[in-house]
Amino acid sequence: MGGFLLVTIQVDMHDRLALTLQDDLTSMVVRHRARGVLIDISALEMVDSFIGRMLGTIASMATLLDAITVVVGMQPSVAITLVELGLPLKGIRTALDVEKGMAALQTALAENEDGGDEAHQQ
Amino acid sequence: MKLISSESVPVRTPEDIVAVRQAVRRKAVKLGFGLVDQTKVVTASSELARNTLDYGGGGIVQLEIVESERSKSGLRLIFEDRGPGIPDIDLALSDGYTTGAGMGLGLGGAKRLSHEFEIWSKPGEGTRVSILRWK
Amino acid sequence: MSGPKSKLAEILAKREGDITSAWLELQAKDLKALSASEQMDTARKSRQFMDALKSASREGNLEDIAAVHWNPVRELLSDLSAGRAKAGYSPVETASFVFSLKQALFNILREEIANDPAALADAVWQTTLFIDKLGLFTMEAFQKTREDVISRQQQELLELSTPVVRLWENVLALPLIGTLDSSRTQIVMQNLLDAIVATRSDYAIIDITGVPVVDTLVAQHLLKTVAAARLMGADCMISGIRPQIAQTIIHLGVDLTGVITKATLADAFALAIRRSGFAVTKGGKEAKETNEEKRSAAGAI
Repeated sequence: MGGFLLVTIQVDMHDRLALTLQDDLTSMVVRHRARGVLIDISALEMVDSFIGRMLGTIASMATLLDAITVVVGMQPSVAITLVELGLPLKGIRTALDVEKGMAALQTALAENEDGGDEAHQQ
Repeated sequence: MKLISSESVPVRTPEDIVAVRQAVRRKAVKLGFGLVDQTKVVTASSELARNTLDYGGGGIVQLEIVESERSKSGLRLIFEDRGPGIPDIDLALSDGYTTGAGMGLGLGGAKRLSHEFEIWSKPGEGTRVSILRWK
Repeated sequence: MSGPKSKLAEILAKREGDITSAWLELQAKDLKALSASEQMDTARKSRQFMDALKSASREGNLEDIAAVHWNPVRELLSDLSAGRAKAGYSPVETASFVFSLKQALFNILREEIANDPAALADAVWQTTLFIDKLGLFTMEAFQKTREDVISRQQQELLELSTPVVRLWENVLALPLIGTLDSSRTQIVMQNLLDAIVATRSDYAIIDITGVPVVDTLVAQHLLKTVAAARLMGADCMISGIRPQIAQTIIHLGVDLTGVITKATLADAFALAIRRSGFAVTKGGKEAKETNEEKRSAAGAI
């Protein structure tokens, strides 16, 4: 209850799989009443506009459900390509890795709740 | 420009887009592209393959390894479909323009990720997009 | 065609020694400034070249120097050109190796076919075409080496000019010197992002004190770099914005909203330190006194 969800994307997803993930994740946020979502994309060798849009949609839907999303572990080559593609993922929180992402989530939630103590479970 | 090798991959299903990305990655690695250049050309191929599937109703990609007169090697990707075609190419190239569910970055983004970009389209006949990235 | 060809091959076989010594003399005249060891080296290479030339011309065709049996000749020439290009010889000095052979060959041809003007003219023409081809080949090899050197230097310059320095345990700085074009931006981004991963830094400061002009394109490259760093989870600031650069940025209508900008690297660094929860306090007299107190207290025990 009120914990964090950690999702690690491990495979080169085709588009339907990405949409399934988007749906599953949204229902998970509701079911577990999660306050934070960490999406680890360190295994992704490429993020195109479709996956970029999926990440944005997850973040917006999570916000509606009162959860904060942090995308972590983007590879440098992926970041450079996204910027060149014209998709800097504005509005999505990012962190270097899971550990930093977790810290960012805690800080953000503490700010939201004015210093509330967050139990975190995975 | 000299054609060194050529291979074609069909684009009929969303899974094929993944296959295109993987085939493009293999070629880029074989050509000795750096990691950033690999990622750029793979990402461009993913955008264009999705266009071919979503707007062109499917088609094929031609993966070509080419060599310039100055013996520089490059990867050329030609996406071809027999779909409805694009009535206004300039409009389709502008960011944010989309008729589908995407972000409207496909064509413009792929162009920015490539060194050379060519597009041919005729309403009712189909679309052919060719991109080239030098090593 | 077999006439002049076999004539040259024949002369090469018969008068190799004479040709070589005449050639060496001509080369010495062309390259006066050579040291003794360089002269010996040239002489050695000339002899190797004559050997290769002799056996290749026996095989046949003077017209197609790209043919397989000319391989040893071409290899010798490209080695020589590459060596001379690297050693700083001028193109003329490099080409003289082959072109001085022309005169040596002409002299011997004249002696050998003195009684048949038509045959002599033929042989001279064939030899001219042949040597010119070798000369062009030499220049091409020379040029290629120079281009390789230039592109390697460009690469080195790019890498040298974009250092990423660590200012604090989670703060990186990237002092940019010179202008930013798209290929340099890519290297800058790569260096910065790799450094962010390696040092797990939270803050990156791009200092543009050394960037002479910021036009829309340079600004775009800067913004891309900031955006890429942000995707890696690092906060990126731009420092070193001189008054005239601030003016051009405003004048061009470049949108820097959402990017933290500071006049100096020191200001940006201070902000990064503060945001990461550190406080900077002045040491000085007070700090010294505290230390002394501690020391005397320790002494008392």
